[in-house]
Amino acid sequence: MSEQTALAISALHGYYGESHVLHGMELEVRAGEVVTLLGRNGAGKTTTLRAVMGLLRSRSGSVRVWGKETIGLRPDLVARLGVAFCPEDRGIFASLSVEENMLLPPVIAPGGMAVAEVYELFPRLLERRSSQGTKLSGGEQQMLAVARILRTGARILLLDEPTEGLAPVIVQQIGDLIRTLKDRGYTILLVEQNFHFASTVSDRHYVVEHGAVVEAFKNAELARNADRLTALLGV
Amino acid sequence: MFELIGVAPQALFGQLLLGLINGAFYAMLSLGLAVIFGLLNIINFTHGAQYMMGAFGSWLLLNYLGTPFWGALLIAPLIVAAVGMAIERVLLSRLYHLDHLYGLLLTYGVALVIEGLFRRFYGASGMPYANPIPGGANLGFMFLPYYRAFVVVASLAVCILVWLAIERSKLGSYLRAAIEKPDLVQAFGINVPRMITLTYGFGVGLAALAGVLAAPIYQVSPIMGSHLINVVFAVVVIGGLGSVAGSVVTGFGLGVVEGLTKVFYPEASSTVVFLVMAVVLTIRPGGLFGATR
Repeated sequence: MSEQTALAISALHGYYGESHVLHGMELEVRAGEVVTLLGRNGAGKTTTLRAVMGLLRSRSGSVRVWGKETIGLRPDLVARLGVAFCPEDRGIFASLSVEENMLLPPVIAPGGMAVAEVYELFPRLLERRSSQGTKLSGGEQQMLAVARILRTGARILLLDEPTEGLAPVIVQQIGDLIRTLKDRGYTILLVEQNFHFASTVSDRHYVVEHGAVVEAFKNAELARNADRLTALLGV
Repeated sequence: MFELIGVAPQALFGQLLLGLINGAFYAMLSLGLAVIFGLLNIINFTHGAQYMMGAFGSWLLLNYLGTPFWGALLIAPLIVAAVGMAIERVLLSRLYHLDHLYGLLLTYGVALVIEGLFRRFYGASGMPYANPIPGGANLGFMFLPYYRAFVVVASLAVCILVWLAIERSKLGSYLRAAIEKPDLVQAFGINVPRMITLTYGFGVGLAALAGVLAAPIYQVSPIMGSHLINVVFAVVVIGGLGSVAGSVVTGFGLGVVEGLTKVFYPEASSTVVFLVMAVVLTIRPGGLFGATR
């Protein structure tokens, strides 16, 4: 099972209007792995996730989900193959209550968590379930954004900078959450700027620059590559 | 009291009822426009023609198939909604990435084509439609025709049901979410393009339903929609584009304002709505219930 490829991206090019932003991305995520895309702002990490979901319409190359080619599919059809997306801005709906936000993504496959189980993982969301979605704190909104995709039965999670702008104690909680999800067998592709955080949750890392992967290494090799990584990320 | 304001109660309440009836049509039409604008970002200028198609649908069903009013009340809106969904698939769906103006021009053109076709076959003069609930009650201070009372109650009920469906149901939460962030909703696995088609069909169906209700009150004619739609757009602007509750409250409210103006200063009755629009836009550019967008 762990040898099965959940997500395979090759020769992926992507465009925003006239500008060419992805220049032949190559990467692979095996089932049950947590993999990070590291890189500077504007390197193309978020665009890669959007291209996988089909939200970036101008794209070419190949994106395979569980072996199935998705490059020509609409976002809703990509989602139905078992991919769930948690956007950088968290995507909490202001016109929906916390509970409506939680129940919005439709169940696309069996095996998702029951609502009660999700609330057990995030007791704070149960307390605030009738509040307006955007009235939650930043950390709570991030929890909600992840919580709502755990119900759907999707096994591949695309998480775009889940720790951005959050207090250290909340970042730690997000780290615990990602490790919990990994233990439960979820496959996670994580976009991060903070490689110290990434090193606490990920199996492998890809470094992205100018819309292409320039470096790939296992988490165990992180210390050995620290100098080079610091130079690449400019931190 | 009536002597004091110099108006006979019959006239006052008669115009008030007429105002409520007009308000009922304003409310149903602007409700559909609000829902369509919310999700499609298109100001549907075909709305008046679709209201007319509803009225004509019931007239054609009666005269060619013998379908009674109550049958037409269900069938005509479904047919008009189906035509609307075809228009959305074939024409409107190509415009979503463009400016509002293109949608406005296209839907206006489609309205002219539809009205022209009906005028070609049925002429511009109106045709009567028999009142399905004749008679009325004398309330002492006024005479209340049953059918007109039915129209006010039925449209109020429809508006409340639609509001509940949008604000309180699961399907409504999809609609509200898709209005806010259509891309993300689609990335969750919901077929947003199909939802857009159905929403357009629903808004158009509401217009046609108003048309069927209007058939026994007004003459059924190809131009009945273009008369009404100008006022309805003013209502939508006053209420605030995209606000569901706002469009209903404003629709009924302005109908009544118009009715009362007919009693106290008849000369202004056809302009009062636009006067209100000018004042509201000066004070609250987003409309009474709307957020600016």
